[in-house]
Amino acid sequence: MSPVFFWLASALMLLFGAAVIMNRNPIASALSLVVSFLGLAALFMSLDAFFIGIIQVLVYAGAVMVLFLFIIMLLDLRAEERRKINLVAFAGGVAVAVIFFGQLCLVIGHLRQAKQSFPALPLNHPDDVRSVGLLLFGNYNLPFQIIAVLILVATIGVIVLSKRELR
Amino acid sequence: MSATAFLLVTSLLKILGIVFVVILPMVSYSVYAERRVSALIQDRLGPNRVGPAGLFQPIADAMKFILKEDFTPAHVNKFYYWLAPCLAMVPAIMTIAVVPFGSTLFGVPMVIADINVGVLYVFAIASLGVYGIVIAGWSSNSKYPFLGGVRASSQMISYELSLGLAVIPIFLLVGQLRLTSIVRYQIENGWMIAPFLGDPTNVWKWLLTIPMFISFVVFTIAIFAETNRLPFDLPEAEQELAGGYHTEYSSMKFALFFLGEYAAMITGSAIIVTLFFGAWHLPLPWWDHPHGFHWLLIDGSLGGWRGILGGLFNIFVFFAKVAALLLIFIWVRWTLPRFRYDQLMRLGWVFFFEIALVNIFIAALIVAYMPK
Amino acid sequence: MAITVRRPNLSWSERAYLPAILSGMAITLRHLKNMLAGRTKVTMQYPEQKWDSYLPEHYRGAPALVKDERDRVRCVACQLCEFICPPRAIKIVPGEIPLGERFAKVEKYPEEFDIDMIRCIYCGMCEEVCPEQAIFLRKDYAITGLTRADMVHNKEKLIEIGGVMHGLVLKWNEQK
Repeated sequence: MSPVFFWLASALMLLFGAAVIMNRNPIASALSLVVSFLGLAALFMSLDAFFIGIIQVLVYAGAVMVLFLFIIMLLDLRAEERRKINLVAFAGGVAVAVIFFGQLCLVIGHLRQAKQSFPALPLNHPDDVRSVGLLLFGNYNLPFQIIAVLILVATIGVIVLSKRELR
Repeated sequence: MSATAFLLVTSLLKILGIVFVVILPMVSYSVYAERRVSALIQDRLGPNRVGPAGLFQPIADAMKFILKEDFTPAHVNKFYYWLAPCLAMVPAIMTIAVVPFGSTLFGVPMVIADINVGVLYVFAIASLGVYGIVIAGWSSNSKYPFLGGVRASSQMISYELSLGLAVIPIFLLVGQLRLTSIVRYQIENGWMIAPFLGDPTNVWKWLLTIPMFISFVVFTIAIFAETNRLPFDLPEAEQELAGGYHTEYSSMKFALFFLGEYAAMITGSAIIVTLFFGAWHLPLPWWDHPHGFHWLLIDGSLGGWRGILGGLFNIFVFFAKVAALLLIFIWVRWTLPRFRYDQLMRLGWVFFFEIALVNIFIAALIVAYMPK
Repeated sequence: MAITVRRPNLSWSERAYLPAILSGMAITLRHLKNMLAGRTKVTMQYPEQKWDSYLPEHYRGAPALVKDERDRVRCVACQLCEFICPPRAIKIVPGEIPLGERFAKVEKYPEEFDIDMIRCIYCGMCEEVCPEQAIFLRKDYAITGLTRADMVHNKEKLIEIGGVMHGLVLKWNEQK
């Protein structure tokens, strides 16, 4: 895939990722996050991982963020928009981000593997749905089943907790 | 011409053709059909003034929408208010990209993008369609649109689950998500709605009809809910929400919501046709001397004018099937009353979700024990 | 007082929705079929088909001034209709009939007689109050105009709409 596409998608992602924390309006933040997810999905697809890219859109952009919007829409947004920027906290946040970025550059600079370019992807398009399935139900079957049980327990827990609230 | 340039030019032609020659006229004429059929069902005549039998009514409607004042209320959130109609229209049209609407024409496959996760792409883009409605409801900054937006978001999430689960039996059978492969499978083994057609003597195929029919019913009902059609048109609910999410919209911006709804209906029907009714496949009864009676498969693979005619015939068959489904959409709309909100949620979570889940197990059992 | 409505006990097939939905769709399909076959009676197609011939004699359309058999406009400009008119749509300027005319003994005639059809409510009080049987509500119902002035019917227009009416009391006969 052409590098122009890569830069475009990553610029989109980073730009709207920044917009998520810069926006004062929570709805605008949530929508920026959606666009950022779409950029991420585009990056996955440029790596021929269509399945993961589409799932990214379907689950995160299409379902999780709709739920987020649903909740945010029910909040009182005016209070959030009125809130002043705390300068000390802002400076602290920027400092942490800068330090983290510097550290990241340092580590990547020292890593030997990061310096060599990745081998080119095989040209024949793999059936990625099948490979993901084989990986999940072959190599990682046990962790996968455990996660499934965990999620089931969490779901039942939520139901039990919300029922208790009602009484 | 290089292969890339050829691909680009044909894709562009296909996109322009499908959007401007097929989808947009089909949208406007499905509005006309909606009005005429609803009138006939209610013992009226419907629009019959503009042109012969009122056939130019869509043009008159479009002129009216363009000429109306485009009013932006003072209390709305301007940027999102303008963004919402676009978000409602774009996903509905984007979905058609992966649908195989014909076999081949001049050797070019009649599908815009044949990606290997076809159906998931449809679901992903369709799930983005809800943003248009939610943002419209929120940015309008008034009660009824807001309620419409909230309803749309929760309804969409509830029915997307059963939508996704309902098609899994098909993937179990075909083994692939690519829509063209699903069509190929149906041509060889009979349509998904009636798998026994391919091999009427095979008991397993008859057994397979049960889960396939269940998934067809669940999928169709979920498509109704996804496209906000009655009996699930709670986000709009003209009687209780005064139009719901598009209450504050006028002129072309309102028209975009309107057209987006119908475009979503058309793409939804196209998906149902592709998954369950064999897409562009229509065998003709044929008789020729040495072979006797048999079913003739028509597609664009023949040489010369026969191939072109076959390709055009396939495209026509596909859109004829879509039109038939659209008529059913309209028919249902003018028959049923609207569900109450709690009934809608109950139906989605307690019934369809479970039915689809159990259906997967039934289909999996049959597929596992079916002799190859 | 709160009334508890007993929910009907639905059978299994009723709760499954689908049979009821299908029977409903059968009903609408029947209506559609009857319409397509032309078996359903539908609304009159207005500009092509008109209901003029079905109008009853007492129909209240546009008010108009009538003539009798002797070609006399019967109005004597008494202005009773002008006073009774609830929306005050009627305006009359009376004039005097000069001596020597055939109907000089009537003394007054309307020099101008305007009915503003924007104001008229077709109540028929003018017809009821008229002592001369001169104003009647006729069967004209499609009163249109491009300006407000168009919608004011003057005397000529009113006489034109009114036409000749037979069998009225000929109160101003010479014999009397």
